[in-house]
Amino acid sequence: MSVSLLSLMVFLPLAGALVISLAQGEEAAVARNARYAALWTVSVTLVLACVMWGRFDPTLAGFQFVEDVAWLDGAIRYRMGVDGVSAPFVLLTASLMPLCVLASWRITTRVKEYMIAFLVLETLLLGVFCALDLVVFYLFFEGGLIPMFFIIGIWGGARRFYATFKFFLYTFAGSVLLLVAVMVIYRQAGTTSIPALLEHDFPAGLQTWLWLAFFAAFMVKLPMWPVHTWLPDAHVEAPTAGSVILAGVLLKLGGYGIARFSLPMFPVASEMFAVPVFVLSIIAILYTSLVALAQEDVKKLIAYSSVAHMGYVTIGLFSATAQGIQGALFQMLSHGWISAALFLCVGMLYERAHSREISAYGGVVSRMPWFAAALMLFSLANVGLPGTSGFIGEILPIVGVFGAHAWVAALAAAGMILSAAYMLFLYRRVMFGALERESLMKVADVSLREAVILLPLVVATLVFGLFPSLALDALAVSADQILLRYQEGVALVAAAAEGGGG
Amino acid sequence: MLHFDLTVWESLGFGAVVLLGPEYVLALAAMGLLMLGVFRGEDGGRLHLLHRLAALAILPALAFVWLPIWHRATAVGLFDGAFLVDDFSRYMKTLVLLGALAAFPMSAAYLERMRLERFEYPVLILLATLGMCLMVSAGDLITLYLSLELQGLCLYALAAWRRDSARSSEAGLKYFVLGALSSGLLLYGCSLLYGFGGGVSFLVLTDAAAAAPGHPGLVFGMVFVLAGLAFKLSAAPFHMWTPDVYEGAPTPVAAFLAGAGKLAAVALLLRFVVEGLLPMAEAWRQVVIALAVASMLLGAFAAIGQRNVKRLMAYSAIGHVGYMLTALAAGGVGGVSAILLYLALYLSMNIGVFCAILMMRRADGMVEDIADLAGLHGRQPFMAFLLAVLLFSLAGVPPLAGFFAKFQVFLAVVEAGLYPLAVLGVLASVVAAFYYLRIVRVMYFDEAGEGFESPAPGVLMGLLGFAGLVNLLFFVYPGGLVRAAEWAAASLFVAGG
Repeated sequence: MSVSLLSLMVFLPLAGALVISLAQGEEAAVARNARYAALWTVSVTLVLACVMWGRFDPTLAGFQFVEDVAWLDGAIRYRMGVDGVSAPFVLLTASLMPLCVLASWRITTRVKEYMIAFLVLETLLLGVFCALDLVVFYLFFEGGLIPMFFIIGIWGGARRFYATFKFFLYTFAGSVLLLVAVMVIYRQAGTTSIPALLEHDFPAGLQTWLWLAFFAAFMVKLPMWPVHTWLPDAHVEAPTAGSVILAGVLLKLGGYGIARFSLPMFPVASEMFAVPVFVLSIIAILYTSLVALAQEDVKKLIAYSSVAHMGYVTIGLFSATAQGIQGALFQMLSHGWISAALFLCVGMLYERAHSREISAYGGVVSRMPWFAAALMLFSLANVGLPGTSGFIGEILPIVGVFGAHAWVAALAAAGMILSAAYMLFLYRRVMFGALERESLMKVADVSLREAVILLPLVVATLVFGLFPSLALDALAVSADQILLRYQEGVALVAAAAEGGGG
Repeated sequence: MLHFDLTVWESLGFGAVVLLGPEYVLALAAMGLLMLGVFRGEDGGRLHLLHRLAALAILPALAFVWLPIWHRATAVGLFDGAFLVDDFSRYMKTLVLLGALAAFPMSAAYLERMRLERFEYPVLILLATLGMCLMVSAGDLITLYLSLELQGLCLYALAAWRRDSARSSEAGLKYFVLGALSSGLLLYGCSLLYGFGGGVSFLVLTDAAAAAPGHPGLVFGMVFVLAGLAFKLSAAPFHMWTPDVYEGAPTPVAAFLAGAGKLAAVALLLRFVVEGLLPMAEAWRQVVIALAVASMLLGAFAAIGQRNVKRLMAYSAIGHVGYMLTALAAGGVGGVSAILLYLALYLSMNIGVFCAILMMRRADGMVEDIADLAGLHGRQPFMAFLLAVLLFSLAGVPPLAGFFAKFQVFLAVVEAGLYPLAVLGVLASVVAAFYYLRIVRVMYFDEAGEGFESPAPGVLMGLLGFAGLVNLLFFVYPGGLVRAAEWAAASLFVAGG
């Protein structure tokens, strides 16, 4: 019955983009139609994602809504499906998209192309999470670069060319190595079906190389220190909605890839590289937090904070504990809406005062009390205040890693203090103080459209902060499955080593 | 070991006529049109007719390629194996003829605009196509050399077609001098192979190579022939003529030699090394790897500084030849079928991009600088979109067709265990992505400059649109062409034993 639900959901935005591309006529009319058509398309996609979520059975470990159609050759087929790891991300992507379209309502240049780019991007992002074949995954994974290249390059800020080329080439360089690894896997295992590969035991020596190649791609995407430098540039130059998608979904592809592939498929290598990854993550958390503290640009500050928060994701994943993996997945979801909310807030400020400089603001709270309240909530959620989803996302990975590597937990917790420092510092400089700027004297509080954008994010932050089990229950079974595969793989090699030794 | 169905066909009766059909059609059409041109004057209306007739002559040739379909499973060698007809030749001839078919409408608009219409043009294109078809079917060293020269001589003349332009004359001259040099190398290699192998037929050479794979005489001969072929392929370090010829030659001629010409040269290379010298694979693999690495790196880095679109396409072509050669180094049916898929998709990208270049015309003539594309998106959004699709496809970004071409190539390389070559190749493709993206940037991000003549000739727009859609929608069902390429590649191995 639900044979093609996923495909329908994934390709609906593409169909919407096609319809919009056919629009002709007077520019203003085309722009208006494009906006509404895009909003309708992403809304219907969200409904389909909700239908999928409603029918999704979180107690099953395997993939659901599976589709399997002949495609490239006998072994490389068009396979789709979701499990507890990917389904929440599908829902996240589908829910952020309407907010992006709404947040872009004021875009006036090349509206038609803008909406087409976003719809194509949605198809590709949803496809990444639904793909059950490595080649199909790669197709969606890397295809997303094209619309993002245009989004930053056409609707970006002053240094957009530099930023978009850097974004494209960094990510492209990382993912071509992934492509070679995919080919090696195909040669080794004879299939690219992800469910089959999750059951495949790769030789320990090969695992190292494959892990490194996969990690190169995911490390750039995540991004991890030291290859994170494309992110601040891309964020600063991207239009608001571009930043939202970048921080909310694109960064999650890296963590999702690690959870989906690196841990269960290359357990031995993952165990071997766990400590170096911890070191990199700690550097990311501490170093980028310090860098964030020194930023004068609001968007740049939040971008660096994103890099720091992704450090918790890698720590959680490579802690290889149930809390760690679930916490990392939860952190990705939570950061998905918190960072999205922060970038949306910055966008709203920018629309009013046309500056991203922190020093251009001050005393905004007296003109925009509701906005100040919302931004306060998101800032504190970003810090990891208990009661918000950010807290759960940061505490679980730390708890997970504490048992085996207490030093990692201690340093990561120190990062939470730094994050409080830079977020509160930012908040004080932007919202409090004397209202002196001419440009801020007349600004209005959030409009209805902006309230509609922010409200779901406020609700998500609080609800998942107070009842994290809503999300954790959905992904627990699949996350445990990853852990199980990991432990089996490690045990297998340990047993072989023992057998060889004895 | 021999699978030639000689008993049926050695009589060279009607069957041979059918098998040689494409070549007969092209030769007769070329001669007929030559007569028509010589005796029926040069006035404008007749020239149009000549062009149309020449283009029409391609269609029966295409039909003849597929007419002896009942022999699909068999490889047939005519004239003692000098001329081979098999799945490989059918696949490649189809592509070559499609490339030639596209050349006529592309040329017509250009020649009319530049006032270069003369009746020899379609005749030379047909003769070059005939040479290419013979190259595809070459089964011995004689056919190899003669077909290559037939094609080459026509292309030299075509490259210098704008005889009033110093650039074009220079292109023709350079192409001719370097082409002659490479032919000399090739011929010298052929003589060595003949001397040490004891025959000109690829079958004889296979036996000789199998008997003594490391024989220095054979290795020397093989290296010389490969060097000569590398010239025709424009593989680095034998690429020097390429940028100048692409830039100087009339654009449709550059498109023709970059598309169909390259296809035929690759086919000839495959015939020679796979059909002729497969037992010496260890020896020629080293040469091919060296050529591949040099071409990929040169194509990736040298193109970065180019301002002229045609020059850029020349360096891009060098890079793409490098990718194909990596697959040849991998060898096997997988490697060859990857090359065949690559060629088909590359042909479509090539035709599309050159159509776009041909559409870059203003009142004061053709323009060729990348900067002239500035802001194209605002003025001709459809053309900009299609060109962007083709450029992303050339860069190998999924989900466009170019990705599948590269995927198959590197899959073959990985399957052969040549991991460093695969890593080098994909990294070169990242560097190459930069210059393709730069053109996209100019078209989409820069401020609008002066527009091109609008509307562009419909046939160019149609071809560009077709090429763009092929590349855009290839991902929907890539399996068909992949399997066709596999069949064609398999036949090469069956026939060679």
